[in-house]
Amino acid sequence: MSFPIRIALGLIAVVVVALALTFDHPPIEVFQRGYRGLAMVENYNPRRLAAVEAANQTPAILPQIHAGPPASTVYKNVKVLGDVDVGEFTRLMASITTWVAPQQGCAYCHDVNNMAADTVYTKIVSRRMIEMVRHVNADWKTHVATTGVTCYTCHRGQPVPEYIWFTNPGQPRAIGAAFTNTGMAMPAPQIGDTALPYDPFTPFLEQANEIRVEAPTALPQGDRQSIKQTEWTYALMMHVSQSLGVNCTFCHNSRSFRDWDQSTPQRVSAWYGIRMVRDLNTQYLDPLKSTFPAARLGPLGDNAKVNCATCHQGVYKPLFGKAVAADFPELSAAVKP
Amino acid sequence: MSQYQNIFTRVQVRGPAYPGVNVLQASNRIGKGYFSHLLGIIGDAQLGPIYLGGTGIASLIFGFFAIEIIGLNMWASVNWSPIQFVRQLPWLALEPPSPAWGLHIPPLNQGGWWLMAGFFLTTSILLWWVRMYRRARALGLGTHAAWAFAAAIWLYLVLGFIRPVLMGSWGEAVPFGIFPHLDWTAAFSLRYGNLFYCPFHMLSIAFLYGATMLFAMHGATVLAISRFGGEREVDQVIDRGTAYERGALFWRWTMGFNATAESIHRWAWWFAVLCPLVGGIGILLTGTVVDNWYLWGVKHGIAPPYPDLFPHVVDPATLPGAPK
Repeated sequence: MSFPIRIALGLIAVVVVALALTFDHPPIEVFQRGYRGLAMVENYNPRRLAAVEAANQTPAILPQIHAGPPASTVYKNVKVLGDVDVGEFTRLMASITTWVAPQQGCAYCHDVNNMAADTVYTKIVSRRMIEMVRHVNADWKTHVATTGVTCYTCHRGQPVPEYIWFTNPGQPRAIGAAFTNTGMAMPAPQIGDTALPYDPFTPFLEQANEIRVEAPTALPQGDRQSIKQTEWTYALMMHVSQSLGVNCTFCHNSRSFRDWDQSTPQRVSAWYGIRMVRDLNTQYLDPLKSTFPAARLGPLGDNAKVNCATCHQGVYKPLFGKAVAADFPELSAAVKP
Repeated sequence: MSQYQNIFTRVQVRGPAYPGVNVLQASNRIGKGYFSHLLGIIGDAQLGPIYLGGTGIASLIFGFFAIEIIGLNMWASVNWSPIQFVRQLPWLALEPPSPAWGLHIPPLNQGGWWLMAGFFLTTSILLWWVRMYRRARALGLGTHAAWAFAAAIWLYLVLGFIRPVLMGSWGEAVPFGIFPHLDWTAAFSLRYGNLFYCPFHMLSIAFLYGATMLFAMHGATVLAISRFGGEREVDQVIDRGTAYERGALFWRWTMGFNATAESIHRWAWWFAVLCPLVGGIGILLTGTVVDNWYLWGVKHGIAPPYPDLFPHVVDPATLPGAPK
């Protein structure tokens, strides 16, 4: 075999391997949702569905035990769940262990010699997280409806949920006369490996920057949103799409992304979801920054935050829409202002 | 005759390297020419002699500057790591200045490099255009190739210079980079309400697909008649009635009309040239004259409504008490 032909065969092998690793081979299941011809479809690789389904099962739920006096009369230092009866309180604690720290057990949050002590930082964090779950279930029905969330929705048996984010400073780069960081143009796994801005979370899911970029009028009437701003919004939308395992057309009719009249009801849920995540990041997670040890902080010293993937984990409804909150009424109690 | 059924040229005729017809400046060319078997498979086996000339050399130098500025900035963005440069190359970019700079000239690290690279690249391309024009003239040819190239340059200039100037912001221009310029293209359509509703974009697509179709028809016809020597000028003259005329007859039979050996190239040239020409017009109108092509399409009756399959929803931001 001559040298050029070997080179050519080598290149062909590289391309074939790259294609095989990049794309799903047919057959792909197509589920049409919108009017015909609008590409409002969802595509699923049937060979992957079983694994996704297996990864999104809920653990066994302990039976409800309503017995005993309120927890606060039996245990010391119960600040959030004080009015829950002891039976239910113990059940919730056991459930939280399964959801969050199945390997580490009670000692992950408690001083086992003095369960009431606030000496372990994770206890402070989990107390605030219980308040957060209550807030989500009670005040964000616009997003979670009656399905609700529990600790397991995010934690999935891990003390630190797999899908969290920190403000991303990007990779090391030369400074001085070289072009400064534009926050884009590097492979970004959280936004579908595009070259779009790799941290759309800080401006949109922590800060409340304007997401809408498309011109609202046919002719120019002073809208100065730029193409660069559009790329930030685009990156956020890629994140939503990837986190939910859906296409753009799950929420939008792609002929006119901005038009609500042609959008699906899911877009409304997503709109509230973005506001909910912003609320949780600024009201519940950011204030915990000083509680976390340095090892739990991000590269810029910021606390872990949530985005769409934290709960959804690649599924259009977390845990395929199983109504997880109904079995734990104390996690849906209205939050005291 | 089976050699003509192949996708590449199997017959290579070899003689002494031939400098070509004796025309002005032919003596300025570099090298004597040599033969390459691999080149012979896809074209003429003879490589060179070549003529670079003043504009060619200047074009290569300016082009080198542009590629160097783009490449070094990309390399700097991975902290001069050669491995990361290769790994991330498709993602890396040299971005235009942010919109805040308007049409001012920013410092190098704020987008000045982009302006400089754009200037050098444009100079290089324009010099190469001059070279194409002058080489055609030197051979006594028409300048069709140069004007076809000019159509592509028009689209390039609209995207990177004319439209940004009209919009008053370098930030509207295209970044240098493989994925970044594709992301930019998608973002452009998203910002300006779906370019598919722009009539000039429609025309551009029609000419793009039309050009590929014409090329396929023309290429297929010439290859098909090559078994009668139709691809060779001399044979075509001698063997009229067997090669060229069979090709013409094929199209007259199948669709009633046939182009001629000359007019098929006019068809192809105009389709190819009009693709970037009308595309450039569409880009030029976007943001300057029309801000949302979908809404423009609704206004002018080219975007029909579809039946609603979903429950009607309203923008939650318009509801009283909506979260920010």
